[in-house]
Amino acid sequence: MRDHATEFPTRTQDETHTVGCTVNGREYEAVVDPRMTLADFLREKLRLTGTHLGCEHGVCGACTVIVDGAATRSCLMLAVQADGAQLETVEGLAEDGELSPLQCAFKRNHALQCGFCTPGFLMSVTAALREESVTTEEQAREVLSGNICRCTGYTGLVKSVLEASAGKDAQA
Amino acid sequence: MKPGRFTYHSPRSLDEALATLQVYGDDAKVLAGGQSLMPMLNFRLARFEHLVDVNRVGAEYAEPTFGDTRITIPLLVRQRRVERSAEAAAVLPVLTEALQQVAHPQIRNRGTICGSLAHADPAAELPSVLSVLDATFTIASSRGVREVPAEEFFLFHLTTSLEPDELLLQVSVPRPPANQFSAFSEFATRRGDFALAGVAAVCEVDAAGVVTACRIAAAGVAPTPHRLTDVEALVTGASLGDDLLPEAEAAARAQVDPTGDIHASAEYRSRLTGVLVKRALADIRGKLEATRA
Ligand SMILES: Cc1cc2nc3c(=O)[nH]c(=O)nc-3n(C[C@H](O)[C@H](O)[C@H](O)COP(=O)(O)OP(=O)(O)OC[C@H]3O[C@@H](n4cnc5c(N)ncnc54)[C@H](O)[C@@H]3O)c2cc1C
Ligand code: FES
Ligand code: FES
Repeated sequence: MRDHATEFPTRTQDETHTVGCTVNGREYEAVVDPRMTLADFLREKLRLTGTHLGCEHGVCGACTVIVDGAATRSCLMLAVQADGAQLETVEGLAEDGELSPLQCAFKRNHALQCGFCTPGFLMSVTAALREESVTTEEQAREVLSGNICRCTGYTGLVKSVLEASAGKDAQA
Repeated sequence: MKPGRFTYHSPRSLDEALATLQVYGDDAKVLAGGQSLMPMLNFRLARFEHLVDVNRVGAEYAEPTFGDTRITIPLLVRQRRVERSAEAAAVLPVLTEALQQVAHPQIRNRGTICGSLAHADPAAELPSVLSVLDATFTIASSRGVREVPAEEFFLFHLTTSLEPDELLLQVSVPRPPANQFSAFSEFATRRGDFALAGVAAVCEVDAAGVVTACRIAAAGVAPTPHRLTDVEALVTGASLGDDLLPEAEAAARAQVDPTGDIHASAEYRSRLTGVLVKRALADIRGKLEATRA
């Protein structure tokens, strides 16, 4: 999306756009069709397939990533809109092969079964815990409410959020 | 790829955005937060030849301003920005309360206040809230700028008085007087879902506890925000006592004529509206008592 002003107003549907963005600290550049969503861009162009797609209309939360610090549905954003953005995806949570405290809490508390919803939950909760700590079960359920899991009972998810927020040690 | 093909425009100034809309308006759609538009495109419920993404028209349109007489919310102000603003919570608590019930944080992080108003979903919270706050909608096009009140902005389901070449530039409300109390109550089957019905209410109350002005609007029960004028008339000049609340509930029920759908019957929705009006007024009474305690 560079030099757009000079091109105005003669764009066509066949035009492609170059998107440059930073994902998990690494810079990427790719050519995209304007109708490519950010979710498809991450999965298909950058081969970062940790971000999952369930509903593609903003309801399930599986595709949640962090865009410029804010948890965002990547199915509801166009790749071209991410030009210049700082993105964080589930691939960026572990450091040097060590799971993040939240990932460890998920593992410890059986907060995942099939794991399809897990990347979205991890990114939503990561963003929420940066904003404020979560000390009650009610708050934890609120933080989790924007994501849908079809195979766990949410109890493990609630426990994980509370433990990660309290900063419990990863090994237990 | 889910959406159909379109030409993508990313204007870098308001003038450029308006010029783009002037050229392509009839075949174009504005893209703000995308939280309503993108699902429609992904499902191919809608197709547009041109998308005019207004997200890069200028950072000055992304912040609300709290003036001495008016509070102004320009087109790029995200819902979450206002929800988390301490100043907004102090000055316009009803807006904060309602925003917390609009979808989830991940949606509010991108969704804009003006986008929700321009989208004009009858079940959405913000159109009713802005109606009771006596909002002015500022609409811009390359032909000029015009202002319309809420009653003239919302026309029907997903229909406003915006023309194809026009942008909702900002919405502004008068700074509420110190004696104004407000409440928002809704019922949704799941947190973050659209409400089956919602009620926004503001009352100005004098030193004797008598309501001197009152505005109440319901969401989800009509094609536009529905001002409950009978309830407003009943409450104005009265004090929020135990006998008034059931009367207000009955008046609210009588003044709505909702349609039923798979989520709730018409009868259920009108009963619910009455209950929500009673809750909102009880909430206002509680806030009033708290300031006097
Ligand atoms: C899972 C989910 C749950 C949701 N739940 C709720 C809910 O409970 N309550 C609720 O109210 N909303 C809900 N929403 C909708 C959400 O609040 C949207 O953010 C909002 O309705 C639209 O705002 P937007 O900025 O995303 O607009 P967009 O999606 O970008 O645009 C919506 C429409 O408005 C037009 N438009 C946008 N801005 C302007 C402008 N400045 N001038 C002219 N036209 C403009 C667009 O052309 C389009 O037609 C939900 C959305 C999702 C995905
Ligand atoms: S795939 Fe994006 S919210 Fe479901
Ligand atoms: S673990 Fe299977 S959907 Fe959540």
